[in-house]
Amino acid sequence: MARKLLLEHIHVPDIQTFDVYRKKGGYASVEKALKTMTPDAVMEEVKTSGLRGRGGAGFPTGLKWSFLDRKSEKPRYLVCNADESEPGTFKDRYLMEKIPHLLIEGMITSSYALGAKTSYIYIRGEYMYVLRILEKAIEEAYAAGFLGKNILGTAYSLDLYVHPGAGAYICGEETALLESLEGKRGNPRLKPPFPAVAGLYASPTVVNNVETIAAVVPILNMGGDEYAKIGIGKSTGTKLISAGGNIAKPGVYEIDLGLPVEEFIYSEEYCGGIQDGRKLKAVVAGGSSVPILPAQLILKTAKGDPRLMSYESLADGGFQTGTMLGSGGFIVFDERACIVRNLWTFTRFYHHESCGQCSPCREGTGWMEKVLHRLEHGHGHIDDIDLLVDVAKKIEGNTICPLGDAAAWPVASAIRHFREEFEYHAKYPDKVTDPKHFHKEPFVSKKMMVNV
Amino acid sequence: MTEIKFSEETLALVNKMVRRYPEGRQKSALLPVLHLAQAEFDGWLSVPVMDYIASLLALKPIEVYEVATFYSQFNTQPVGKCLLEVCHTGPCWLRGADDIVEHIENRLNIKVGETTSDGMFTLKKVECLGSCGTAPMLQCGADYFENLTPEKVDILIEKLGVANKRSTYMKSNQLENLA
Repeated sequence: MARKLLLEHIHVPDIQTFDVYRKKGGYASVEKALKTMTPDAVMEEVKTSGLRGRGGAGFPTGLKWSFLDRKSEKPRYLVCNADESEPGTFKDRYLMEKIPHLLIEGMITSSYALGAKTSYIYIRGEYMYVLRILEKAIEEAYAAGFLGKNILGTAYSLDLYVHPGAGAYICGEETALLESLEGKRGNPRLKPPFPAVAGLYASPTVVNNVETIAAVVPILNMGGDEYAKIGIGKSTGTKLISAGGNIAKPGVYEIDLGLPVEEFIYSEEYCGGIQDGRKLKAVVAGGSSVPILPAQLILKTAKGDPRLMSYESLADGGFQTGTMLGSGGFIVFDERACIVRNLWTFTRFYHHESCGQCSPCREGTGWMEKVLHRLEHGHGHIDDIDLLVDVAKKIEGNTICPLGDAAAWPVASAIRHFREEFEYHAKYPDKVTDPKHFHKEPFVSKKMMVNV
Repeated sequence: MTEIKFSEETLALVNKMVRRYPEGRQKSALLPVLHLAQAEFDGWLSVPVMDYIASLLALKPIEVYEVATFYSQFNTQPVGKCLLEVCHTGPCWLRGADDIVEHIENRLNIKVGETTSDGMFTLKKVECLGSCGTAPMLQCGADYFENLTPEKVDILIEKLGVANKRSTYMKSNQLENLA
């Protein structure tokens, strides 16, 4: 069995309750930090651990913490980003639902390190039932003296609240999240200033993903240097992977970073292979925004090395032949899946979720959706393919926030690797009118499906 | 028309929510309070309801309108008692979301975006709900119904009809397991 740092106790009965969680060693990191360490020492442990943001960007967490403006007279805030909305990603929901106190514990220890007196967990509104679970856990933590005034008899006090969103992917972008937490539309802010200087209520703020904050708990317990020994290179520690799509066993898996992709897909311990024994066609490895890769490039890099589940290995080859670890939303496509139809759903998603601030994104996502809709429904033209590439290029890099890039990358990569399939849609419109057009007869690319 | 006013119980909840944010930052409570309003006032936010929330939080009405229209979960038109929100983004599509939508359309004799003539069900397609590992799925109020099959959908519709309660994001309908 693989090592588990976050999900170790997930199947213990009543682990959602404070008492059971505590009996299993819960809240030890709070005791250790508050009673034996300075806030800076906690931050140093996180730096040493090499932990990188688990929401998708992979930015070193300790470094992000070190940017917090400590000279400011204003209060500091820690805000947990629980707005998990990247298609293919459901790990944070699983963690919060199954072991809520792990997040609460991580919030307390991290807030202490940052000197925050008030912290918020911003959770997507659809997860309202998870919000109830978190609220109950917070109530228990208050009652046990782990939240509120003078925690464990120390000088440190902290209030922690959960705040619901109301359905907007864009609020997963940290500045949009802060706008939303201030009761506004989720329009991302221009940076600089960065949240570390002027975030929530224009005060110094750190925004971290659920899994990132949860990982602070084992880091404190085992020590940053021990944590850094897990994984490979600059991809340290364990990572939660949300595995979905056409696999035998969808679910959330905790892996050591560096696990071979092939093992992850085919081993019984993880995905258990492709659904109904069909063939692997493609994978979106890190949530809908990252480039899609055909089977041969997800299993092996262009150089022929085995592809690993790590930030570096997945990115090997750049966007020409690589992708990104992203949020760890691992979507698997079997031979019956239509790449064009999937891309249409993704682009429709980005069009729906664009906040509308920047014209390239607001208009471009709409155009891409429209063009993909007609290609997929048999009304497309061969020129549409280059038109899509062109629109995607004009969005990328030209918007305030990364949603524009996130909408452009899937389009560019799908056409890069599956152009023949797009051409097929334009050339043989009659063959794609049935929505399940590749179910009876999978599309076989002369270039792509060899040796798979 | 009856006066638009929260119950005493909800008002207490509103005050509790406002206190979670620093003084003068009561606007921060807008999203949670709009959730309460939608749950209490027939599942949608009418202009009079939004105006009431504005006065309650000392905001300009436009500050409420622009927020209510931005977020997908806020309905600015009436909806049926049970809003069935079927996820249809890539990962759910891969596992048969289209079949679920089609089944509901046939079963309820409505199209996506429509409400049944008895005002009981509204069908909506929504974007990723973070349930890709248990796809296909739909959300009805606070509840996620996952790993759906046409048979499970039939049982769900049957049970929701018998319960005859308005589903809201604030509270589970507490239906028994559909399996």
